[in-house]
Amino acid sequence: MNTNAIITVKNLTKKFDDFVAVDTISFDVNQGEIFAFLGPNGAGKTTTIKILTTLLHPTSGTVRINGFDPEHQKGDVRKSFGIVFQDPSLDDELTAWENLELHGVLYAVPKQLRRERMKQLLEIVGLMDRKDDFVKKFSGGMRRRLEIARGLLHHPKILFLDEPTIGLDPQTRNHLWSYVEDLNKKEGITVFLTTHYMEEANKVADRIAVIDHGHIVAVGSSAELLEQTRTQTLEDAFLALTGNTIRDEAATSVDQLRVFARGWQKRR
Amino acid sequence: MGTIYILWLRQLKRYVRSRSRIIGSLGQPLLFLVALGFGLGPIYEKAGGGNYLQFLTPGVISMGVLFTAMFSGMEIIWDRQFGFLKETLVAPVPRWHIMLGRTVGGATVATAQGLIIFAMALIAGFRPESVVMLPFALGIIFLVALLFTALGTAVASVLQDFQGFQLIMNLLVMPLFFLSGAFFPLGDLPFVMAAITRINPLSYGVDALRGTLVMNSSHFGLGLDLSVLSIAMVLCLLLGTYLFSRIEA
Ligand SMILES: Nc1ncnc2c1ncn2[C@@H]1O[C@H](COP(=O)(O)OP(=O)(O)OP(=O)(O)O)[C@@H](O)[C@H]1O
Ligand SMILES: [Mg+2]
Repeated sequence: MNTNAIITVKNLTKKFDDFVAVDTISFDVNQGEIFAFLGPNGAGKTTTIKILTTLLHPTSGTVRINGFDPEHQKGDVRKSFGIVFQDPSLDDELTAWENLELHGVLYAVPKQLRRERMKQLLEIVGLMDRKDDFVKKFSGGMRRRLEIARGLLHHPKILFLDEPTIGLDPQTRNHLWSYVEDLNKKEGITVFLTTHYMEEANKVADRIAVIDHGHIVAVGSSAELLEQTRTQTLEDAFLALTGNTIRDEAATSVDQLRVFARGWQKRR
Repeated sequence: MGTIYILWLRQLKRYVRSRSRIIGSLGQPLLFLVALGFGLGPIYEKAGGGNYLQFLTPGVISMGVLFTAMFSGMEIIWDRQFGFLKETLVAPVPRWHIMLGRTVGGATVATAQGLIIFAMALIAGFRPESVVMLPFALGIIFLVALLFTALGTAVASVLQDFQGFQLIMNLLVMPLFFLSGAFFPLGDLPFVMAAITRINPLSYGVDALRGTLVMNSSHFGLGLDLSVLSIAMVLCLLLGTYLFSRIEA
């Protein structure tokens, strides 16, 4: 048993009726680590996060978050983490500022600190001049930026980021990651992220778990993954592990052709 | 406390900002006041019932409160669909605080709606018979609002989508409303109707409101009305809290 683990998952399984979305997975995340879940669409990343964050009941297996059981100690678990969801989760009828304020109150961030961070985060995500606009008037990327700002408003022990950079431009992506790395270093916040972008996992994560069809097929630092699969790039390692191309929503048709060609060459 | 307040405030802001919803939801009660009040009024008077508008107004106010309250409670379906619900479900606060904030907020909105209808009825010619009783009428409106917002929350906690919303509107809200004595006196009803109106909590809300706005018009008596309403309200709140705390996302 890893005594340094802040997240422990043992033989976790989640079935939706007969369909097994998460199949007896086990892993640990260490205190202060940045840990990435890398896997294709439908691999079971979000389902796992939902179980860890008390939103879904597992079918079987044990989970400990900061020492607590999400099944029976929901309150303690919820006090331990913050999350940026993959799907939209803002209130469209409120302004950007009001959305942040509501979050800050729910998470009991003291008023003065709350206001300070709200301003700081709105600057970081470039929404300060739009703070009094209704969210329904925001573009997809602006909403995403606001959700991220909201997720960073309170400083939890564990931060879950479910594909946080989807739909973000490269500048904002970079800002986000440097802010997250900063939080991780300065406040020792453990980060659990999922992503389709291999270069991202490579750059920010201390360790990566590759997940496919509900199974964890490999865990390790990117160097370890390359070594295990005897490949040169994380993308090749991923292909070797899953035999799957990542179905990246931003992939251009040229990219897809390239990936397709590579898969085809391999098969021959 | 902060949680309850901020979610209450959210419901209020959403209400005040949706002008089209306010105006839209006033159309129906206005139609009932005018069409029934003036349309059926002469017959009602000939039948010896007295002024029908006096009789009808508490019913129409109750209707507005019922609809707005149920709708507010069931806004959970919208919040689920648009994703905001998750944000509150993972928050490190007891779920019953969230449920209570939403419900009291929804009930406040429904009460406001009831007051607007009251004002419309005044313009149409309705006259409350005792000024002293007006604060009590307000209290009853809020009690009814709380009861049905909690019921809406309870129901919506187990529904997944908008189809369920339609179903509940047609199979629960409409019957609650039509079988409540909002439009007709509860005395001298056929046995089955009498039985149904007696198990409908809205009947007691309409009756209590009528009793406070129009003298000597209560059928059950205010004591029974308030007891039934309070018990039903507490039961719905408990049920809503239980079902809300079990929501998965
Ligand atoms: N509520 C549900 N009912 C039935 N099946 C579900 C439900 N939620 C998820 N699934 C299924 O479980 C599998 C895993 O879904 P999940 O959302 O965890 O994937 P993911 O790894 O997050 O994928 P993506 O990269 O697309 O976000 C999918 O096949 C999905 O269809
Ligand atoms: Mg996902």
